[in-house]
Amino acid sequence: MNPLSLIVRTVCNVFAWFMVIFGAYIIVHGHLSPGGGFQGGAVVATFIAFLLVAHGGKRLLGWVKEGLFSAVESTGLLIFLGAGLFGISTTFFYNFLAKKGGLFGSVVPLGSNTGVLNSSGTIALMNLAVGLEVVAGLSLIIVYMFKGIRLELDREEESHDR
Amino acid sequence: MRGWRIFYLLGLMVMCGLFFGALQDIHPFGEPVEPAMDDYFLERAQEERAVNNVVTSIVFDYRGFDTLGEAAVLFTAVTSVVALFRKGGHER
Repeated sequence: MNPLSLIVRTVCNVFAWFMVIFGAYIIVHGHLSPGGGFQGGAVVATFIAFLLVAHGGKRLLGWVKEGLFSAVESTGLLIFLGAGLFGISTTFFYNFLAKKGGLFGSVVPLGSNTGVLNSSGTIALMNLAVGLEVVAGLSLIIVYMFKGIRLELDREEESHDR
Repeated sequence: MRGWRIFYLLGLMVMCGLFFGALQDIHPFGEPVEPAMDDYFLERAQEERAVNNVVTSIVFDYRGFDTLGEAAVLFTAVTSVVALFRKGGHER
């Protein structure tokens, strides 16, 4: 995929970061507002697709590291599973952090309120974990599919030379 | 070719009839038939799990095992895509 014009690349350089911030906002506020790990992760993963379209595949492949993405994806899934397993003394997926006062442990007032960010226990933790997993996973899919297309194109060019 | 078209039209008419028949029995919006479980979640999510977003409390807490399955599905999808498109996977 060839890089697009200077105008497209400049707009991408400015506005791609707003998409990342918006996706991170959706992930972090998953327990307060609509959205969560899956939705916000998909928004953040659009960043890689944006870079691929605007800057072309060669520069993108120089920027991303597949091993790092793979590690982040596995870490996200393991945190999610671990947060579920930690409450096993009561039940699987028991919310052991809620209302304990520590991390994500605040008590929310009953009825409608403006929202407490440090609340909801493992729900916020799992949102972050799933967000990490979805970001890394969808980015990996984009990068590897592009690599696969390039492999096919290279083979076709080789067969033309023969 | 022409006979099949009549069959398709007949099938469409039967489906439309079934849909409109089902629409006669639909309950009004906002009045579920069995609201016991909905009320349980709506009343207890804030005091039990200290969370404002009841939908998230169901997805990640009360039905967390289901979300674990979703995350596993995504992981499997990524794994299969990487296995399919990885370098050197093509036979020469």
